[in-house]
Amino acid sequence: MIRFVLTRLLRAVMTIFAVVTFAFVVLRMSGDPAQVMLGPDVPQDAVDAFRKAWGLDQPLWVQYLAYIKSIFSGDFGVSMRDKVSALQLVLERIPATLQLTLPALLLKLLIGIPAGVYAALHRQSFADRGVILLAIFGFTIPSFVMGLLLVLIFSVILGVLPSGGQDTWMHSILPTITMSIGGIGILARFSRSAMIEVMGQPYIRTASAKGLKWSDVVWGHALPNAAVPIVTIVGFMVGSLIAGAVVVESIFSWPGIGRLLVVSVTNRDLAVVQCILLMIAATMVISNLVVDLLYGWLDPRLRAQTAH
Amino acid sequence: MTSADMAQKQSAQPQSARSGVLGLISYLRRHVPFSVGLGIFWLAAMVLVACFADSLRPYGITAMDLTNRLASPGNAAHWLGTDELGRDVLSRLIQSIRVSLVIAFGATILSAVFGTALGFAAAKFRGAVEHLVLVLADFQAALPFLIMSLAVLAFFGSSMLLLVCLMGFYGWERYARIARGLAISASAQGYAAAVVQLGATPTRVYLRHILPNVASTLIVSMTLTFPEIILMESGLSFLGLGVQPPETSLGNMVGFGREYLTRAPWTMLAPALVIMLTTLSISLVGDWLRDTLDPTVR
Repeated sequence: MIRFVLTRLLRAVMTIFAVVTFAFVVLRMSGDPAQVMLGPDVPQDAVDAFRKAWGLDQPLWVQYLAYIKSIFSGDFGVSMRDKVSALQLVLERIPATLQLTLPALLLKLLIGIPAGVYAALHRQSFADRGVILLAIFGFTIPSFVMGLLLVLIFSVILGVLPSGGQDTWMHSILPTITMSIGGIGILARFSRSAMIEVMGQPYIRTASAKGLKWSDVVWGHALPNAAVPIVTIVGFMVGSLIAGAVVVESIFSWPGIGRLLVVSVTNRDLAVVQCILLMIAATMVISNLVVDLLYGWLDPRLRAQTAH
Repeated sequence: MTSADMAQKQSAQPQSARSGVLGLISYLRRHVPFSVGLGIFWLAAMVLVACFADSLRPYGITAMDLTNRLASPGNAAHWLGTDELGRDVLSRLIQSIRVSLVIAFGATILSAVFGTALGFAAAKFRGAVEHLVLVLADFQAALPFLIMSLAVLAFFGSSMLLLVCLMGFYGWERYARIARGLAISASAQGYAAAVVQLGATPTRVYLRHILPNVASTLIVSMTLTFPEIILMESGLSFLGLGVQPPETSLGNMVGFGREYLTRAPWTMLAPALVIMLTTLSISLVGDWLRDTLDPTVR
């Protein structure tokens, strides 16, 4: 078990390193920082002085080590636009993003999984077909189309909900729905197929043949075994919460991290972009790690396989 | 052979061709579900629109009709209305379909070739190369693609070439993993060993013998990547970071139409509907293809 945890931890750390390196490489490839900061018509000695001051005259690997050191001591640089610490700028936006993403995640879990399980237990019924159809619509409609359609219906035509901003709780309704619809569809579809597969297994037949109550068969035997693929998807969703917020926050002018990312990309505010990039990668890697560890706990067979 | 025979043969030929067509239609009706048929029809229409965009467009995409700004759809001059500059929505829609499909098509091919090549390289050399490919694939899977593209666009600025190349990285890790797995199991089979014994070069073994044998699985995953790339590109263009004006794409049109949601919802609805129908069709057809073609998936 310890070896299983350690290999997973090592992989997570390596992935984080790969992302940090990616940010470094892309940052250096995008042009000479001295030229970018100072402009084209600056005398050579000023450029040299700037290079020396920022350590740009050092060999690349020295720069890389210095970069790694500053990242791990929490120094993500200064926002070029607002002249404040990039990290502080990003941290200020986190509560607003969580205010949307957590209720959305809750909606996905509370609607998606039960709908999928219900559909699997009532195969070929009207409800099953309805769930499949809604699930396909849910994940083929991109969130920016879905968001605008909701705005069109509820704000423009019916005039019952606000279309953007963050003033009252009413403002968070449309963004939360937009953010959760696709996930509900995906979860419903996955839960349905996972349950269908489990329900065909011999141990389910055994459990019902020995006279267990139907609800005990479903809750005690089928669901735990269907949980592994469902946990994978949920883990992926938790990891990509912030990424999913990018488009939705832009539609509804919600002042969260996603909106900040888009604005920073438009302004080429590199320090902020890099900080958000690393933060998103970290959440993704951590949630993948948790999912991997959960697998081991949920399914002892996987633990035995990967340990060797 | 008498001339009568010849005449009979000639008259028989078109008839057999016709019964071939009818046979095909009845075969399709028996084996292709109705929704999949509709999906194929829609996709074929989109491809035709993309191919003949230049002759189908009633107006130029930048032609402005300033007396007719934000005209509602259904009038004789502009079937789908006009936008805020009086540009014909139908013409821009046709051009957008072409741009979005061309980007998605190019990117799908790029990512399939790139991913498959890396997967084959991993299968051929094993060892360090294989580890490197797998670590890169892990990295790609760990970072949401939209975020990675935003970072790259922030650092380099947006251009059409960069956009296609960037989209060409979408999903390469899936091809790499699939191609690696398939190539490893294929190279253990008799036919691969036989051509190696005959002295074929590794390139020949992989391209002429292993690739055709694993192609169906790869093609199926291309049908998965294609709609995702359309969505990714429209998402980026919607945010104003993908295709740049005056060129237009589906996401770009939705993004600009959003400004006029209250006064001219059709400028947003028309491209939105096309995006929805296209991804829906590809998803229906793709699922059906996967079920019929790919023996590894039930």
